[in-house]
Amino acid sequence: MSTATPTPNLPPDTTAALPADLQDERLIASQGVGGWLRVFTSRLKSGDLGSLPVVVGLIIIWGVFQALNDSFLSSRNLVNLTLQSAAVGTIAIGIVLVLLLGEIDLSVGSVSGLAAAILAVGMVNQGWPSAVAIIAALVAGVIIGLAYGALFTRFGVPSFVITLAGLLGILGLQLYVLGKEGTINIPFESGIVKFAQQTFLPTAASYVVVLLAVALYVVTRLRNNSQRSAAGLSSTPVMMIGLRALLLAVVLLVPTYVLNRDRGVSVMFLLFVALVVVMDFAIRRTRWGRSVMAVGGNVEAARRAGINVKGIYLSVFALCSTFAALGGLLAAGRLAAANQSSGGGDTNLNAIAAAVIGGTSLFGGRGSAYSALLGIIVIQSISSGLSLLNLDSSIRYMVTGAVLLLAVTVDSLSRRSRAAHGRA
Amino acid sequence: MTATTAPPTTAVLSLQGVSKRFGAVQALKDIDFDVSAGEVVALVGDNGAGKSTLVKTIAGVYTPDEGTMTFDGRQTSVSTPAEAQKLGIATVFQDLALCDNLDVVANLYLGRELYRGRALDEVRMEQESWRLLRQLSAKIPSVRIPVASLSGGQRQTVAIARSLLGEPKVVMLDEPTAALGVAQTAEVLNLVERLRENGHGVILISHNMSDVMAVADRVSVLRLGRNNGTFNVNETNSQEIIAAITGATTNAVSERAARRVQKEEQ
Repeated sequence: MSTATPTPNLPPDTTAALPADLQDERLIASQGVGGWLRVFTSRLKSGDLGSLPVVVGLIIIWGVFQALNDSFLSSRNLVNLTLQSAAVGTIAIGIVLVLLLGEIDLSVGSVSGLAAAILAVGMVNQGWPSAVAIIAALVAGVIIGLAYGALFTRFGVPSFVITLAGLLGILGLQLYVLGKEGTINIPFESGIVKFAQQTFLPTAASYVVVLLAVALYVVTRLRNNSQRSAAGLSSTPVMMIGLRALLLAVVLLVPTYVLNRDRGVSVMFLLFVALVVVMDFAIRRTRWGRSVMAVGGNVEAARRAGINVKGIYLSVFALCSTFAALGGLLAAGRLAAANQSSGGGDTNLNAIAAAVIGGTSLFGGRGSAYSALLGIIVIQSISSGLSLLNLDSSIRYMVTGAVLLLAVTVDSLSRRSRAAHGRA
Repeated sequence: MTATTAPPTTAVLSLQGVSKRFGAVQALKDIDFDVSAGEVVALVGDNGAGKSTLVKTIAGVYTPDEGTMTFDGRQTSVSTPAEAQKLGIATVFQDLALCDNLDVVANLYLGRELYRGRALDEVRMEQESWRLLRQLSAKIPSVRIPVASLSGGQRQTVAIARSLLGEPKVVMLDEPTAALGVAQTAEVLNLVERLRENGHGVILISHNMSDVMAVADRVSVLRLGRNNGTFNVNETNSQEIIAAITGATTNAVSERAARRVQKEEQ
């Protein structure tokens, strides 16, 4: 008894009773809520941080600003925050996609400006129906992205340089489209302006959306569970699913309640969130998304696995520019105008910073669509908090820069830690 | 006497006169090569002999400049890895070509994911992964961890398991035992024999003579981008093969091979 071995020799029938994925004796048992917590903490320790740093950062940022100015977490300010986040957040979804490939698009600001210019000129100067103007702007985005992708796959020019050229060239195109006037106002009664400025979900509808989201989560998890146990694999304890669903419900219901005390949940913001959810599904649960992750992780391996690598690059660059164009349209709608500085200033860098702050790695193959949502909320919170404190943009740039630097440092550190813990 | 192997009756894959140049370098010149179902052919040669180039040509990574390829009795040409895969040629490259950021299941099914409705069928892929890995008696603790966290032998196993998913007719293994320990090498060799028993044609690229002699039926030697003899393992020994690899001219086989190459050039 004194020389008891740490690994008990299980009789074979005990092993067979375990799910297929839990039979290896080296696996640390992770059943039940306690086991899940243990796995979670060991993951954190090994540097697999996921979105935890952003969430913690966001709580700190909100706490500090609320302490400095108690109108920061007011319903009114939070509604403004959602309205400000939607446009650049949409652009950031595209950035997440190119970052997953380990590439970059520096021209998203210019593309969003061009889309705004096309919308305004089309609707106001040419008298096109707004649907036609919107489609024209989105098509411009698709074409620009395909051109980047073609240059990248055909000539192997680094995406950094291609899109830097695009940043200048498309800014020129934007000014050319706008013509001499420089600023074109989009009428307030037009659909896109109403959509971006004044369309909010009715209170009841917003709660229905939240409940549907939670119900969808529970149903998919339970269905997944039954499929897994039918296949002889381990499944998540129902208790665990319940806890997570409860957490999700709280995370969704509290903001909805707060937003509903003012104007409510902006439909434009809801569109942004819906796009995030759809892209998350596309990245995690489709062959296309799996291919994107594979190309970002190891291009040569992806190519040898028979993945159409060129097609993946083309589709991602095209999607990125299209999301940029869509973001530009939302921004133009919110501003009710397109001018020479549409998509200029910090649009570009905010979109890229949002994706990185949200936890998408600059090194490719690691990240999630949700980082666009989390990241843009962090950036807009800083921006909104500092303007509430009457600090001018010089401070805002410095603080945003510092947060970006912090986020990239966390990314690099956790990458190193993951490598050391065999989770690269 | 030359190697008197009876010509394979059912060559599943056969190359005739394949050449490949890279700029001024003639990497392959007039290569003839074939493999039958249920046969292990070792492809040996010194560094720079053109083994990897030949493997990549068969796998569709490179397109040959000259020569023909016959697969399953039909003349074909593969210009992409996907075509080779679809045809039934699976390749395990020396660098394994795994995506470190993806888990074992994702790597196994990369490029041929299973669907259930509009989403990936993760459950069935995981179930099948376990079935496949157990069949190869692989020791992998979890298929839901990134491949980066596996050991060298485990990664090799994942790569070989992946090559078997598409039900290939020919499996090419490029230096499968190069980075492995003693026990793991034996396991991979068992695996090779299991592939042969299942009727796969196996092309084994190796520097390790004892591995080659242990599992191969025939040995095909490349030297400086040319054929330098084919040997039946039962009728030869390591010395003879090594002589052919290094080009030592003191044995009859390499002399004959050299003469034949000269004649072809004229």
